Amino acid sequence: MTMHFLLLFSRQGKLRLQKWFTPIPEREKKKIVRDMTTMVLGRKPRSCNFLHWKDLKIVYKKYASLYFCCGLDAEENELLALEVLHRYVELLDKYFGNVCELDIIFNFEKAYFILDEFLLGGEVQETSKQVVSRSIEASDMLQEVSERPCSR
Amino acid sequence: MSPSVRLQEMIRVIRGARTQGEERGVIQRECAAIRAQFRQADNGTRSHNLAKLLYVHMLGYPAHFGQMECVRLIASPRYNEKRVGYLGAMMLLDEKQDASLLITNSIKNDLSHSSQYVQSLALCTLGCMGSAEMCRDLAPEIDRLLRASNSYIKKKAALCAVHIVRKVPELGELFTPASRSLLSEKNHGVLHGAVVLITELCERNPETLEQFRKAVPELVQIMKGLVMSGYSPEHNVAGISDPFLQVRILRLLRILGRNNETASDAVNDLLAQVATNTDSSKTAGSAVLYETVLTVMDIKSESGLRVMEYISMTSLQKIVQTDHNAVQRHRGTIVDCLKDQDASVKRRALELSLALVSAVNIRSLMKELLLFLSSCPPELRAHTTSGIFNAAERYAPSQRWHIDTILHVLTTAGGDVRDETVPNLIQLITTATELHCYTVHKLYRALIADISVQSLVQVACWCIGEYGDLLLRGECEETEPVQVAEDDVLDALETVLQSHMSSPATRGFALTATMKLSTRITHNVDRIRSIVSIYGSCIDVELQQRAVEYNALFKKYDHMRAAVLERMPVIDKSSPGHTNGESAGGSIKEMEPTKRTQEVVLPQEPANQVCDLLDLLGGSGEPPQPSPALSTTMLGPVSSTAGGDLLDLLGGLDVTPVPPSVIVYEKNGVTLKLQTDRQTDTGMTITLTATNSTDREITSLTLQAAVPKSVQLQMKAPSGDVIPAHGLGQVTQTVLLNNPNKVSLKMRVRVCYTSQDFVCQDTVQIDSFPSPAW
Repeated sequence: MTMHFLLLFSRQGKLRLQKWFTPIPEREKKKIVRDMTTMVLGRKPRSCNFLHWKDLKIVYKKYASLYFCCGLDAEENELLALEVLHRYVELLDKYFGNVCELDIIFNFEKAYFILDEFLLGGEVQETSKQVVSRSIEASDMLQEVSERPCSR
Repeated sequence: MSPSVRLQEMIRVIRGARTQGEERGVIQRECAAIRAQFRQADNGTRSHNLAKLLYVHMLGYPAHFGQMECVRLIASPRYNEKRVGYLGAMMLLDEKQDASLLITNSIKNDLSHSSQYVQSLALCTLGCMGSAEMCRDLAPEIDRLLRASNSYIKKKAALCAVHIVRKVPELGELFTPASRSLLSEKNHGVLHGAVVLITELCERNPETLEQFRKAVPELVQIMKGLVMSGYSPEHNVAGISDPFLQVRILRLLRILGRNNETASDAVNDLLAQVATNTDSSKTAGSAVLYETVLTVMDIKSESGLRVMEYISMTSLQKIVQTDHNAVQRHRGTIVDCLKDQDASVKRRALELSLALVSAVNIRSLMKELLLFLSSCPPELRAHTTSGIFNAAERYAPSQRWHIDTILHVLTTAGGDVRDETVPNLIQLITTATELHCYTVHKLYRALIADISVQSLVQVACWCIGEYGDLLLRGECEETEPVQVAEDDVLDALETVLQSHMSSPATRGFALTATMKLSTRITHNVDRIRSIVSIYGSCIDVELQQRAVEYNALFKKYDHMRAAVLERMPVIDKSSPGHTNGESAGGSIKEMEPTKRTQEVVLPQEPANQVCDLLDLLGGSGEPPQPSPALSTTMLGPVSSTAGGDLLDLLGGLDVTPVPPSVIVYEKNGVTLKLQTDRQTDTGMTITLTATNSTDREITSLTLQAAVPKSVQLQMKAPSGDVIPAHGLGQVTQTVLLNNPNKVSLKMRVRVCYTSQDFVCQDTVQIDSFPSPAW
């Protein structure tokens, strides 16, 4: 599932997470974010989850107050992209326990770490939920240890 | 205080800012503090400061001064610092920055770190933002990791290799051997990564593609295992075992099977299995099914072709509900399948095509469907025609297109259309007022070409009867006008009348059309007269009746003929006449036969007559309780039998308002009076009284009434149905009206009686009621 980018934003258009898998200048990133938020927030509630924007397919899904939005190549399987977004939400939910937007705001770096255990270079790296969760736990453990003053 | 609380504290403060200005102020302060911290020596807070900076960056504020800090943190021996450092690198650095080169060394070191989590950080960062130079530098390391490490690292290395190949395609050769062996891994993560890598390699290099064709059987095996295996909790998504892996394998098989017989053959079986065994009720299943279909469409295989197309159609049908747009993309292929030899494939393609019709593609898709219709197997024709009509009705871009389409269908497959097509088309034609001339021309041409398709002939006759004057005028904007004389038109209609191919209904259409032309042509009225009188002794009773009536119209009621045969008003599709199942377009001619009875009393008669009354009032909802069954024989004047419609055309009768007991009808010696017994806000009770001043008694008196919608009517039993002669007696009938919505009360009363062996029937309108007696 070759993703170009993955964005999370709130109903008011506030960005909560942005992951870019292709090198894009800063200014253009900002423009894409603006375009995405405008397009997606402007959709009616029961619209289809797929959009076209330039030469990309945009797949988005709303979970409570957050919009999960990703951009794919035109030949990609958008139905699978929906599954990818869903899997990410499940992972967040498992980690935070009934995840809500505030969890992601105040622990944004954790949201990134989780994403980085699930996707790599825009592709799915691990298809098992349990394996991803276990990896995160282990990394967190390692972090905790390394934070102690006497650790190496 | 634990360091990370400081980050969360800052976030809280920033969110608490009430204005943009306030937020900016907070952030400026924080950034200044962070900068200062960065300049200091290592004090254990660097990672948290960077994290704060990254948050600020996400809000949209500049954070480039953190780039060097990322580099420093990545080089740190502590995992927590590395973690944030790498995150920062991915967020703040990209390959265009110079600073990114500085981390190459750190990454190299970390790729061989003893902790797999450190290795993971390095791999992730390289796979996300590695520049071409970095990739070239580190490719051998990645290759090493692909071969000899644990599955956790292997899967990441595989995707990292994908990134490298995208950046530096020549390096693909380096990874080919390792990727081949990865296919034998059991670990799904590794397998997935391997499939993605192999896909990337094959897409870029045709030689590599050749090589990997040999792997097709292996891939098929893996896929089979996934599809047919039982429940695997670790990888199960909505009943599908690892949909991510399945989709990737299908994609790879598609690439490998393209333009290659042997590979395709091997895959066919699998695809059929996947298609049939995959439950598409949830997105996961649909995703797999969708990929299957795309694969089927791409690969060629002689033997399995029909089956594959059939299966892909079935799958697409399942998907079209969930993802209409995705299926639209393959409309071209689906349309091609319409031309397939196999009947089942055609059927599936037809279903799918009809499901895909939309306002956007209606014109092009309809062309294909019409083409299909001309060669489609007989068992599919009825379904196709009704599908086409539905689609045309919903998405017709213009009336002319709509009419053309229906005419095309009738010409091609008129024998297989449903019954209501004829009235529907007539209704459509009447609404397209600007196109009357065009339509009648087209239909006339169709008629003289071929009179075997009954539905087409019926519509054509109706049109010619209705718009014959436009035809004879010899001019038309939208199409080449025909130069036709009145005789030619009458010839055409007569041919229909006399042809043994014409059904009785069709002949009825033709006769009525001929009659209607009597007011639209100037020279040949006598010919019409003679046709009509000939059919007065036709064996077909239906035709005979019509002819006799038309004859009467010529003889006794010639003054009314023009009005009777006038142009029809535009028919409202929802009018009761229509919904009662009668042809709206044929209200004059169709109503007549139903009102015709022989000497037999038909119980349904009253209902029909009641409907006429309703028509008069413009579609009142409530049918009044009909009085006991009437007998009507045929002999009355035309006005009585076609009474309802005539009055529709000619407008209502005049009524003058009158004091308490009102005479509402007076004719043939029969007088009908109306008296209001009681009146309240929401209703009234009235009495109708009939008297007879003739020499002979009046028999079979019946009164019927109709009122506007929302008013309820109840007619009590009449006192009798015989009115004695010489005014010596009367018949009374009480009527209760309930008017809860307080609409203005009107009523139409139909009076029927036999007087001196003559059946009379008249209708009166009562617009206002006398004030009550008390």
